[in-house]
Order: sequence, then C-alpha cells, then structure tokens
Amino acid sequence: MTEAILRMRGISKSFPGVKALEDVDIEVLRGEIHAICGENGAGKSTLMKVLSGVYPHGDYEGEITFEGEPCRFAGIRDSEHRGIVIIHQELALVPNLSIAENIFLGNERAHRGMIDWNATNAAAAELLRRVGLHENPVTPVIDLGVGKQQLVEIAKALSKRVKLLILDEPTAALNDEDSAHLLDLLRGLRDEGITCVIISHKLNEVLAIADRVTILRDGKTITTLPAEGLTEDKIISGMVGRDLDHRFPPHEPKIGAEILRIEDWTVHSPTQHGRVLVRGANLMLRRGEIVGLAGLMGAGRTELAMSVFGRAYGTGISGRIIKDGQEIKLRSVQEAIRHGIAYATEDRKRYGLNLIEDIKRNVSAAGLRKLARRGWVDDNEEYRVADHFRQSMNIKAPSVLSITGKLSGGNQQKVVLSKWIFTDPDVLILDEPTRGIDVGAKYEIYTIINRLADEGKAVLFISSELPELLGLCDRIYTLSAGRITGEVPRAEATQEGLMTLMTAGQEVPR
Amino acid sequence: MTIAPTDAGPAVDEQPAAPGSRGPFRFSINLRQSGIYIAFALIVLLFTVLTGGDMLAPQNISNIIVQNSYILILAIGMILVIIAGHIDLSVGSVVAVTGAVAGVLMVDHHMAWPLALVITLVVGGLIGAWQGYWVAYFGIPAFIVTLAGMLLFRALTLTVLGNRGIGPFPDAVRTLSNGFTDGYLGNVGLGPLGGADLVSLLIGVLAVAGFVVAQWRSRSARLRYSQVVDPLPLFIGKIVVAAAVVMFVIVQLARFRNLPWVLVLLAVLVLAYSLLTNRAVFGRQIYAVGGNVQAATLSGVKVKSVVFWIFVNMGVLSALAGVIFAGRLNQANPTAGNQFELDAIAAAFIGGAAVQGGVGKVIGAITGGLIMGVINNGMSLIGAQSEQVMLVKGAVLLAAVAFDVWTKRRAGASR
Repeated sequence: MTEAILRMRGISKSFPGVKALEDVDIEVLRGEIHAICGENGAGKSTLMKVLSGVYPHGDYEGEITFEGEPCRFAGIRDSEHRGIVIIHQELALVPNLSIAENIFLGNERAHRGMIDWNATNAAAAELLRRVGLHENPVTPVIDLGVGKQQLVEIAKALSKRVKLLILDEPTAALNDEDSAHLLDLLRGLRDEGITCVIISHKLNEVLAIADRVTILRDGKTITTLPAEGLTEDKIISGMVGRDLDHRFPPHEPKIGAEILRIEDWTVHSPTQHGRVLVRGANLMLRRGEIVGLAGLMGAGRTELAMSVFGRAYGTGISGRIIKDGQEIKLRSVQEAIRHGIAYATEDRKRYGLNLIEDIKRNVSAAGLRKLARRGWVDDNEEYRVADHFRQSMNIKAPSVLSITGKLSGGNQQKVVLSKWIFTDPDVLILDEPTRGIDVGAKYEIYTIINRLADEGKAVLFISSELPELLGLCDRIYTLSAGRITGEVPRAEATQEGLMTLMTAGQEVPR
Repeated sequence: MTIAPTDAGPAVDEQPAAPGSRGPFRFSINLRQSGIYIAFALIVLLFTVLTGGDMLAPQNISNIIVQNSYILILAIGMILVIIAGHIDLSVGSVVAVTGAVAGVLMVDHHMAWPLALVITLVVGGLIGAWQGYWVAYFGIPAFIVTLAGMLLFRALTLTVLGNRGIGPFPDAVRTLSNGFTDGYLGNVGLGPLGGADLVSLLIGVLAVAGFVVAQWRSRSARLRYSQVVDPLPLFIGKIVVAAAVVMFVIVQLARFRNLPWVLVLLAVLVLAYSLLTNRAVFGRQIYAVGGNVQAATLSGVKVKSVVFWIFVNMGVLSALAGVIFAGRLNQANPTAGNQFELDAIAAAFIGGAAVQGGVGKVIGAITGGLIMGVINNGMSLIGAQSEQVMLVKGAVLLAAVAFDVWTKRRAGASR
C-alpha cells in the first residue's frame, strides 16, 4: 500500500518564453486516489500531458519512474501500453458509434482483421457492469448524457488494463448525482487496486474522495498532504499562496426600481417533441440587484436564460417579458441586445468567443454598430475601446491584438464580459461566469459584477456553486425540473435550504 | 463605462496569461501573413530568370492581367464565401450561364449593352440568392448545394445555347474585357524605355500617391490612439516596395498599350472589397460567422442573412466574370468557365484562407490568383506542356495549405 507506483522527479517543461513546469516532484502511491489542485495555469494539465506521453520524452526535463522502471514515452500509445490512461476534460468519444465500438476503438476485438462483434459486445457489457452503467453496448454514444459518456470513457480505460487512471476535471460537466456516482466508482476502482490521479477545481469533491493532495502553483510543487484533516481553505491558501479570509468582495447593494419581469415563461425542447424545459416561470429583477438563479444541471437554467435572450434556444416559447413597465417582444438576439439585455454564455469557447480572432474583435462583436457610422467601423475607436476594457477588466495579455484562443480561462471570461458590458445593457444574464477559472480570477469577476450592479444594472447570476450564490447574490431563485421552486433573500439563504428547493419536485432521472 | 482597474481582491500571482503569445508566435504570424507575398516575389523572380526577362516584358504583364482577370474577380467572391466557412463549386457554371444570358440579350436581342449588363448581373444575383437560400435558410451544406448548382447551371447553359456559341459581342463589352484606355494626352519619352502613355503614368502616380497618403494617415491615426505600429524604417520600406512594384507595372503597361480596362475594374473591386472586409460591419460579420458561428449568433449577428448575401455577391461577381469572359472570347460558349471554380478556390487557399473559415484577405486571394496566373504564363513561355503546368499548380496549392497548417500547428504547440 505504501509503495510508490509513480515517481516524477525534477520535471521541467518550457514553452517559448514561459516555464510551464519547473522542477516538479510528485509521488503517487499504489492504490490511492491522488488529487492535484492548482489554479488554471499552475501546470496541472501540462504535468499530466508529460506523464501520458502527449509531450514525448526529450520534450521535457526530469525523470518518470512507473512501477520501479524508468519511462521514456514517445507517445500516448506507449503510456497506455504501460497501463497509464488519461481521460481528458473534453471527452474523446465518437458520437455516432456505439458504446462498444467506442470502448474498443483502436483496440478492436478482431480476428484476422475482421471484428468479432459478439466478443466486442460481450466484453463491453462486462465493462459496463463494472462501471455501473446500465446501457446496451450497441447504443450510440450520442444518445447518452454527459455523465454516462464519462462512464464509457472509464470503461474504455478499463479495457486497456489500466493501472493508473488520470482524470482531468471529470465532474466539471456533471450534475451532482452523476458526480456522486462517478466518485463512488473511483472508490470502487481504488479497492480493485487501480490508482487514480484526479485533477479538480471542486475542492469539496477533492476532500471527499482523495487520499492525498498535491498542490501546484506557478509550475512548482507546493506540497503534498494527506487529505485527512485538510480543509478547502487550506488548499486554497496553498493554491494562491496566501490565506483567504473572504472569497467574496464586500458589497453594499443599492437596490432600485424593478427593471425586468418575466411572467409565466414556458419553453419546450427543440429536439425532443413535447418535452417542457421551463414551465410557467416568474422572475423579477431590480436595478442594482444581483439575483441568483440556482439549479442543478438539467434544471433548465440555461434554457430559461437563452429563451429570454431573443429566443436563442427552445421552441414553443410563451410568456411575457416586461421591461421598465412595458411589455416587450424579443424575437431575435438583435432585439434583445437593442432592448438592453445581455447574455454571457456558460460555454465561452463554443458560444462566447471567436477563438481565432484577437481580443479587440471579440470585445466589439456584439456592439459593433456602436463603433460604426453608416455601416463602416472606426477601427481606431475599436482599438481604444478594447484597450480600455483590457485595462479596466485586467485582461492579462500583451495587447488587444492577442488571439483569444491563447488566453487562460479567466481572461477569456473577462473578454466575454467586456463584450457584453460594451453593449451597455440594463440587464446582464451571466451563465456560470466563473466556471473553470481560478480562484483569483473569480474574485476579480465578482468585483466586476458588484460594480455593474452599483452602476444600476440588474444582474441575473446563474450558478451551480452554492457558496458563490450565497456570497454574491442579494436574492436567489431556485429552479428545479423547469419550475421556479423558491425565492430566497440573501439573509435567509443557506446551502441546505437552497439545495432542498433545487431538488424539490424532481422526477427521478432516467 | 465606469469600471476602474480592479485593485481590490486577493493578490493573485501574475500568471503568464498566454504562453508563447510573444516571441516566436508573433514571428510565425508575420511569416504566415507575409509568406504569400514573398512566395509570389520568388516565383516571379524565378520565371523572370528562366525566361530571360520575357516574364516582365510590357506585353506579357498586360497578358497576365487580362488572361486572369475573370479568375481574380471570382477569387474576390470566393474568399468571402470561404471566410464565412462555406465553398462555392458552381461558379464556373454560373460564368457560363450568365455569359449565355448576356449573349442572348446583347447579340440575339440587340439590347443596349449597359442594360443587358445590368440584367445579367441581376440574373447572377438571383442565382446566388437561390443557392444562398438553400445554404443559409434551408441548412444544406454549401458543398452539396453548389455541387448541384454546378450541374444545374451547366445544364441551363446548354439548354440556352445548345451546341453553338453566340457572338460577336458589342465593342464596349469587348473593350472592357480586352481593351485598353485611350492615350488622351499622348505619349511622353522615358529615355531608354521609349515612349509611354501619359494618362496611364498619371493614373499610376495618383494611385501611388493616394496609397501613400492613406497609409500615412492610417499610421498617424493609430499613433494618436497610441497603438503599436511598424517602426518608421519598416513602414517606409514597405511603402517604397509597394509603390515601386505598382509603378513598375504601370510603366511597363504604359509602354505597351496603356492600361487594360479590366485592370481598372479589378483595382476598383479590390479596393472596395478590401474596405468591405476590413472596415464594414457586414465584412466583420463574415469573419465572425466563419470564426465561430454560435458565438456570432449569440452576439446578435444575423448569420443566415450574412451567408445569404455572401452567395448573392458571389453570383453577381460570377456574372461579371461571365460577361468579361464572353467578351474576351467574343462569344458566349457552352463550355465557358469549365473548372474556373477550381482556380478560384485554389487562389483563395493559396492566398491564405483557412479551410475552417474565419481567416482570409481579399488581397491574399488576388495574390494567390496571380501566383497561379504567373505559373501558367511563365511555364507556357518556357514551353512546358499543359500537364506539367497542372502538376506544378497542384503542388503549389498543396504546399501553400501545408505551410499554413504547419505554421498554425507551431503556433498551437506553444500552448
């Protein structure tokens, strides 16, 4: 139990101009669950890419010893051959292939080049049983939810006789139930003798599952500690290098008049006929107020927000939107923007940014007409505006001509926020604005949100992190299975109380 | 906006926001942007040496421009389509069918040429609208829609023309395709170079002067906004090189038969479309759509309308190319425009467009088209067979895109 299965010694890895890893040491014991924590950019993913051979031997300095033998991987296949399997945050499944085909992709159960389908499906069924996924192996992966897809990935890893399983942010996209199942599964795998390395931002999860925790900061190992007796605050102080007395900036709300009211809002699914995503929701926002919208994944938070934002999602939308006492119709995103409503998406890479363009053009994307006269853009003014946001929002980039795809998550989020602030909205809907960004950047985003409220804007803050909702919002709505199940003022809100409302009236998931 | 710099909050260690966004990345971006022009210069130099200078002779320069004008016009439309993340395989057939329409109107019906030209351009626009509807509003991939269009419009051409060609075209149209500006002010002597047309030279001088002034004003405006600009020597160097190239071409043309009218037309189109893509809201939206269509939608861009109008524009430019091509042959021909789509697409990709969309420049597509024109012309001057020309063009296309992918990967690997 105390024998080290993996030793990485003195690992350094440089990219042009930047040292991503500097003399990192890490030791993983056989049969433990080892968590790696650190801010974005601390080097966690780079370290795992070194380990799994994405960066081949010679691309980095230092030594890797696995099961007592030195390793020099030339690629992923080498490391997988030794039993090291990495599951990335973005799942690598082929949507239209079946579960079984995905599990054995590149590793087919074949005889003289012909696939033995019976062996494939039988073996897949056995693996699915091990990961606790009750699905037919011939089901296409596209029909599964993200949580189940994650389990397919793990089944795939098991098929490769994995000894060391690396999971990069495995629960980032999962709801609490799926997360809990996944964590249970990892405990089960540990009991079977499979060692796990897990990278996670969710510190409560880390504490719940890990045996030991290694903290990285700025490409260096800070410490490795047993999880017993560890607290979130201790991990955070290791990650950011100082004690965090408060994770939220102090804020004295100046709440004004009602600005937006949504009445009897109902949204149907555009893909599944007859499925109701949001049912008769009523919401009200006031100037200067930060209103939380709490709900588990799948509760309909994003669907509610996007359908209000010019029917950007959903069909069969009914209900009334009243702004400043007048009913308005928002039939398109353009109309929503014109009426002073902004929606910053939860998935900035897919829906928020043009990653191949620079900061400047992303900042101006939604408010371009403000920079144009008779259809012609004043690009100097555009530069000035973008540079203003780069400074005021503290976007860390050499200039506004930097490509957004190269920025860290927190800085990308600031670009998205800049884009929407530039449209000068009255109502900002922020969908998980702090997802996947580090603690320091989160604090900055909270500060920005407070300032926006102080300017008299109304903010609808969607999040699944309860501490964040409690720390930031003046009032919180809870959404469960498409219904508003509660409205709680900040003073009365507790995590337990909100969670009860967020799970109220939920049908048992499929 | 009243958001002041965030100074509150926990001190976050200054983390490197974007590994590699300085240094090598900047260099490779520059290489990626300027590589095409360097390649063009090298290719011209190569053929100048191989042909013992014939490449740059007055008549040959004129030929290269006139022979490639319709491909360059198509390339302008194609680069917009490709930036938006689509493709148009039908342009060759649209060239043929619009040439046929122009022929029927001008030759068979003796319609006044300006009216016939306008009607032909409208027909081109309607063809573009047809394809744009299926792509943008019905949601069929452009590859399929325009593949169908390639067949449909060729079939339509054959229906209109049968196996015959229609001609001859009115003089005005032939002049636009083949003709040259008049020497209104006579010739001036250029010493050892002999006589040259004064009007052409004056136009050249004015164009260069306008270019210098525009560049200078743009630079000063940027400096006023305290943006980063090229250092002055580099700025002047670039302008001098560009001005020298333009003046060289103009002088050579002035020595031959003055400026081809298609060159004037092309210059106007390039200027207008460069402005459109760089400065117009519509142009910016094309890049936004090609870069990330979902993000564009959620930023309030009317994606469907943008795509629709890009295809309409492609149709109009195809019709213009159709008229010019018909005028050049002096007949509307049922096989006109065969494989033009391939040349136009190749021009766009050689000129730096990205296969995924979101990237590309009008001037790049023009340069890409000229690279192929120079290869065509230079190889025929040295007496190469047509299969050898094809071979070289194919290799150049592959090499250009391979270079693009390679620089992108190098940039990406630094993450």
